[in-house]
This record gives sequence, C-alpha cells and structure tokens, in this order.
Amino acid sequence: MIVETGHYALVLALALALAQFAIPFIGARLNDAALMRVSRPAAITQFLFVALSYGALTYAHVVSDFSLVNVIENSHSLKPFIYKISGVWGNHEGSMLLWVLVLSLCGALIAIFSNAMTDRLRADALAVQGLLGAAFLLFILLTSNPFARVAPAPWEGRDLNPILQDPGLAIHPPLLYLGYVGFSIVFSFAAAALIGGRIDAGWARVIRPWTLFAWIALTLGIAMGSYWAYYTLGWGGFWFWDPVENASLMPWIAGTALVHSAAVMEKREALKVWTIFLAILAFSLSLLGTFLVRSGVLTSVHAFASDPDRGVFILAILVFFIGGALALFALRAGALPVGGLFSPISREGALVLNNLLLSACCATVVVGTLYPLALEAITGEKISVGAPFFNTVLIPIALPLALLMPIGQMLSWKRGDLAAALQRLRVAFIVGVVATAAFGAWYGTPFLSIVTAGIAIYLVVGALSDLALRVRGSSGRASLKRLAGLPLSAFGTSIAHAGMGLTLLGLAATGWGVETIVAMKPSSFYDVGPYQIGIDSVSPRQGPNYSEVYAVMAVRKDGATLATIEPAKRFYQARRMARSEAGIVTLGLGQVYAAIGESHEDGTIDARLYWKPLVTLIWIGALIMAFGGALSLADRRLRIGVARRAAAPALEPAE
Amino acid sequence: MTRKGKRLTLIGGAMAILGLAAGLMLFALRDNIVFFYTPSELAKKQTASGARLRIGGLVKEGTVVKNGQDVRFTVTDKTSDLTVSYTGLLPDLFREGQGVVVDGVLQPSGGFRADSVLAKHDERYMPRDVADALKKQGVWQGETK
Repeated sequence: MIVETGHYALVLALALALAQFAIPFIGARLNDAALMRVSRPAAITQFLFVALSYGALTYAHVVSDFSLVNVIENSHSLKPFIYKISGVWGNHEGSMLLWVLVLSLCGALIAIFSNAMTDRLRADALAVQGLLGAAFLLFILLTSNPFARVAPAPWEGRDLNPILQDPGLAIHPPLLYLGYVGFSIVFSFAAAALIGGRIDAGWARVIRPWTLFAWIALTLGIAMGSYWAYYTLGWGGFWFWDPVENASLMPWIAGTALVHSAAVMEKREALKVWTIFLAILAFSLSLLGTFLVRSGVLTSVHAFASDPDRGVFILAILVFFIGGALALFALRAGALPVGGLFSPISREGALVLNNLLLSACCATVVVGTLYPLALEAITGEKISVGAPFFNTVLIPIALPLALLMPIGQMLSWKRGDLAAALQRLRVAFIVGVVATAAFGAWYGTPFLSIVTAGIAIYLVVGALSDLALRVRGSSGRASLKRLAGLPLSAFGTSIAHAGMGLTLLGLAATGWGVETIVAMKPSSFYDVGPYQIGIDSVSPRQGPNYSEVYAVMAVRKDGATLATIEPAKRFYQARRMARSEAGIVTLGLGQVYAAIGESHEDGTIDARLYWKPLVTLIWIGALIMAFGGALSLADRRLRIGVARRAAAPALEPAE
Repeated sequence: MTRKGKRLTLIGGAMAILGLAAGLMLFALRDNIVFFYTPSELAKKQTASGARLRIGGLVKEGTVVKNGQDVRFTVTDKTSDLTVSYTGLLPDLFREGQGVVVDGVLQPSGGFRADSVLAKHDERYMPRDVADALKKQGVWQGETK
C-alpha cells in the first residue's frame, strides 16, 4: 500500500509540475498576478509529493520488500542498514528519483527564498523549473518506474553491487546531485531573464548565491567521489578520466567560470550576455552528464544501467532544454543592453581571462569525453582517450590560470595597475621560486611536478597575501579592526584560491609517489618510500553479507612501528563478486596505501604497496575551496534571498 | 583605449586562447589516443609492433600461467587468440572464461605486453566493448538486451 502511494504521489507530482509550468507562465504573459502566484505553492507541493514518493521507495528498501523489482535487484535482507538507505540511489531508477527529488527541492527553495525579486521573474523561473520537473517525472514514470512489482516475490534479493557498499557512496551521490541539479536554478533564472527580456545587476545578485550553493555541493561531491574511487578501487588512483567522472567535472568547470562572471556582472554590470550563456551552459553540461551516465552509452564502472529507450528519452529531454535555451538565447541576447566598460588590465579583465581559460578547459573535457563516442558512431572505430590526452591539453592551460589567480585578486575593478599588483605579489613570487628550488633539490624529478608544486605554493601564498595586505594596519589593533571590517566574501575568495593551490600541490606530488608490487613473505619488511611494511598475520573473517581475507600489516620507520593497516579482499556471496578494501594510514599529509591480492600456499601474499606523499592535500584543498565558497555565501550581501536589501552597486565602496 | 580597441583586445585574446586549446587538443588526439581491437580485428589490421592498443576479449580457459608476479594468458574472441604477458596483481574480477580488457603494447614477436588489465564486471556486467565484439562474432551468450 505504501509503495502504491509512492507511485501515485509521483503521478500527482507530474500533474503539479505541469501546473507549475503552465499557470504562472500564462500569468506572466497576461500580467495576471493571481495566476503568477500559483507558482510558489505548486513548487512546494510538488516537492512534498516527490519527497513522499522517495520516502515510499526508501521504506520498501528498508523493510526489504522483495515484491519490488528494484528492491530485488539492489538489496539483500542481510545488507547493513545504511546501505539499504543508500541502495535506494545505487541503481538507475532510484538515482533518477533522487535526481527529481533534488530538482523539485530546488524549485521549492526558489519558491521559499524569492521575496527579493519581481513576481514575473519568479513566475517565469518556477515555470521553467516546473517544465524540467515534468520532463524528468515523465521519464521516470514511462521508462524507469522504481515501483514496478513482481509476483511471486522471491525470498531474497540480489544485493547491491559490492563496490557501491561503502560509506563514501552513501554521501557522494546526494551531494553530487545537489550540485549538478542545483545549477537548474541558475538555468531557470537565465531562461526567465531571456523570456522576460530584463536583465541587470539585480538578476546577478539573485543568481550568485544559488551558483555558489550548487558549486559548493558539486565541489564536495566530486572530492568525495574521487576519494571513494581512491580507496575502493584498490588501484591507488583518484581520478581516471572516466566519462562518468568527466560528466561531473564539466559542469564544475562551467560553474566555476559562472561564479566569477556573475561577480563581474553584479559589481560592474558587465559580461551580461556571457553570464547568461554560462548559466545555460552549466546546467546543459549537467544534463549532458546525466545523459552520458543514465543512457548506458558508456563503458565504465558507473554504468550500472543500460537501456536504449531510456537513452533516447533523455536525449530528447537534453535536446529540448539545451536547444530551447540556446534558441531563446540567440533570439534575445542581441537585444540585451550592453554593460559597463573596463580596461583589459583590471579585475574584470582578469576574470574574463579566467573565464576564457576555464572555457578552454571545459571544451577540452567535453571533446575528450564525446570524441570517442562520436568516432565510434561515425566510423565504428573504438578508441579510448585517457590521462595522456587530458594532461597534454589541460596542464598548459591550467598552470597559467593558477599563475593568474593571485594577480587577478590584486587588480582593482575598472582599471588596474599591473606593475603594482606584481609588486604586491613579490613575497609570493619569492616563496614560489624558493619552494620550486627546494622541491627540485629534494626530489630531483619529475620536472613537471616540481614546477607545478612551486606554482601551487605561490598560489597559496599569493591568495593569502591579498588578505594580509588588506588588513595590514599601522598597529596590531588597527589590523584587527580592518580584519573585522573585511567582508566575508573577501575571505571566501582568498581561502577558495588557497584551497585550489593545496589541491594543485597534492596533484603535483603524485609524481613523487612510490609504488611496489611484491609477493610479501611473513615477517619480512618491504621498502615503500621512507617506510617499511611487513605482514603480521593473514586471516579470514566474516562480515554481514560478505566474507573476507584480511592482512594485518605493520608500517615501520627506522625500526619503530608507526601504525598497522588492514587491507582486505572481500567476497560478496549474493553477487559472487570480489572487491578489495585498501589499507590506508595517513602519515603527515601523505598516505601509505596497501591492497592485497591472492595469497599463496607458501604463506606469501601478493600486495600492491604505495607511498603517496601529500596526497591528502588533493581532498583537503577541495574541502577548503568549498569552505571558501561557504564563507562567500555567508556574506551579508550574498546571502540567499536578501538580494533586494543589499546596497545598490553605486553605493558600494570601491575595492 | 577606445571601446572598439577594448573589444578587439577581448576578441583577440579569446581567439588566441581558444586557438591554443584547439591546437593542443589536435596534437594530443594525434599522439595519445588508443585504439580498441578484438584479437580477430587485430589479426586483420596487421598493426605494426610497438603500437599502443587496448585489446578486449575473453580469458581463454586453461591458459593462465602464473610465475610469481608474472602472468601469461590468452585473450580470445573465439576466432583469434592473442597471448598476453603481464607483471603485477590481477584485478579482483579476473577469471578464466570472463571478459577482460588489456592495455599495452604489441611486441615484435606478435605477443602483447600489457601494463594494465581491467576486468571491472561480473557475469552481469561485461564491458560494452567486449560484449559488442562478441555479438559481432556471433558468440554472445548473455542476455541480448
């Protein structure tokens, strides 16, 4: 009964989504306030119905209701509770339902936090959001019904794919979707601005917090996913340039560009057309990602669903929304008023350059992801485009971007002084050069890692020296006063940039990692970088829905045991599938990482041992980036929903 | 600078960066893409040794020979066979009779030296490349969907 309620709620949500589209849209055209006002309750109730439906599916998973196909295929009565919850989105139908849940949540958020805008803008934005919701609800109901029943119900389910049974996966998809789908808010506002033909700095103030919100969630989601891949796949890699990973990277890059261009638009009324375009692009890339992941056109670890009907349906949604938005853009963009002027050497100029470089990165990822698919469709040749391609293209673009970031922070709006900016960065330059020399002397090779690490250090110091210079007063007390007076968004920028620098340092340090593959004998120690690893014991153990062989390994340095790690090889009975569980210990900022393979009769065990210096910085940097974004979001002037109360741009102090 | 001048600077800068990116991409695509073949496609193509390739197929039953870290096995698509050598740990899902994708370099001897072996699937999740290739060969035994 609960399951049927869930299914029915989904149908009602579809009807509400259609109402949320049609009524306010017509109202906005007729200038009828009563019709436009329908949008808010419609959006909120649509969300409640989708949430009810989602709750029903979760319930079915939790009580292991094996009369549902979805539960049979992805659950098992012995599966731990947390994976019964996360198993809801560990499959095609459930994850699409989560997608729609987040989409309708975004609609409800617009409805709740939209006091500070014209009725018309809100009505149009919620209408677009409603249309998006309707398309995806229809998709679920027609091609991916999670509530399909089967009779007779089997006694036991087939369990969730073991690599998905991990705490990391319990958090990764919801965060990722919050980011991915969060860009739908910006998309809806862009479409609404184009439909209404009005766009100004106020519009930028409305979308900036939403952009930041989606960007923060996506940053965390990607970082989480990458850490998950790092410790569950047992290969020590954290990014595989898998199309599914690229699917989340593309909107992230576009979103990063959008965060910056929206700042220009808000402060200076410039780059309007470009900002609108990016707003459309960011969500279009999210849709493209959804298509790639959900249609089954790819070969990848994530492709746990494939069905041509679904692919065609999502492709139709993709073409309709991206094509529609771009057509609207082409029709209306020419009529938008031209914005403020600025000299090429200025904060705006630097942000334009940032946007160009990010666009080039984004285009690279798009090409690298779609080219193999296009080539296969046209010629039938199968190719794979991997790390060598992306490194060759992205490194020459990303390193100049990193060099530029602190310089851009130092330039003033409208007309900047490059020489003065470089002068203020001299400490950062000196520290960067010294760091490069130090890394060079310590590690020797590879050249690229050394240069990248030097640039990363320069970026961290440069980003923070902007903050330091701004608070430096004549006395300690004056500095504190200035520090307190600084807007949170200034902290946000510096901290987010410093976070990027730390991530870059972590990436550079991958070049200094050590990997050995050995057949480990009991009571002998093997060198991995500065550490020695030896096996204490190898024994079997029984988990709730798996059995495993685990090794207890000691990590030593200079004869002293620093830590023990327990890499394991698990076997999941229900799916007859094996999975590695890496043994990881964090030492300083680096990690010792061990994965075991087969054990032999003579007592040896095959193992892959790694020492990864500074590797944790990759994710720590991402967390700091997200924290910087959150600080900006907490800034009084940028908080969601206060756009109108904020001071008009003319009254803001020049920075 | 005049308005026109500023605009030209902007457009010029944009063109330069996009041109650079496009150039880099073409360069990288020429050198860094890896073709995927099945053993029988490889036999037909007569690819020169030293080429970087991905080969997909099934691990032929009874051909896996291990000698410490060194492994030797045959990849087959039931028409042609290819001998693959590899040093290192095999993935969790590597088994005889199962699908596999190997990355590596074709040797002058006609064998294949793999530097990575992928088997990220079980009975139900075969890599699409392998499934397609097997379907083409007419030896597909799984669900046809």
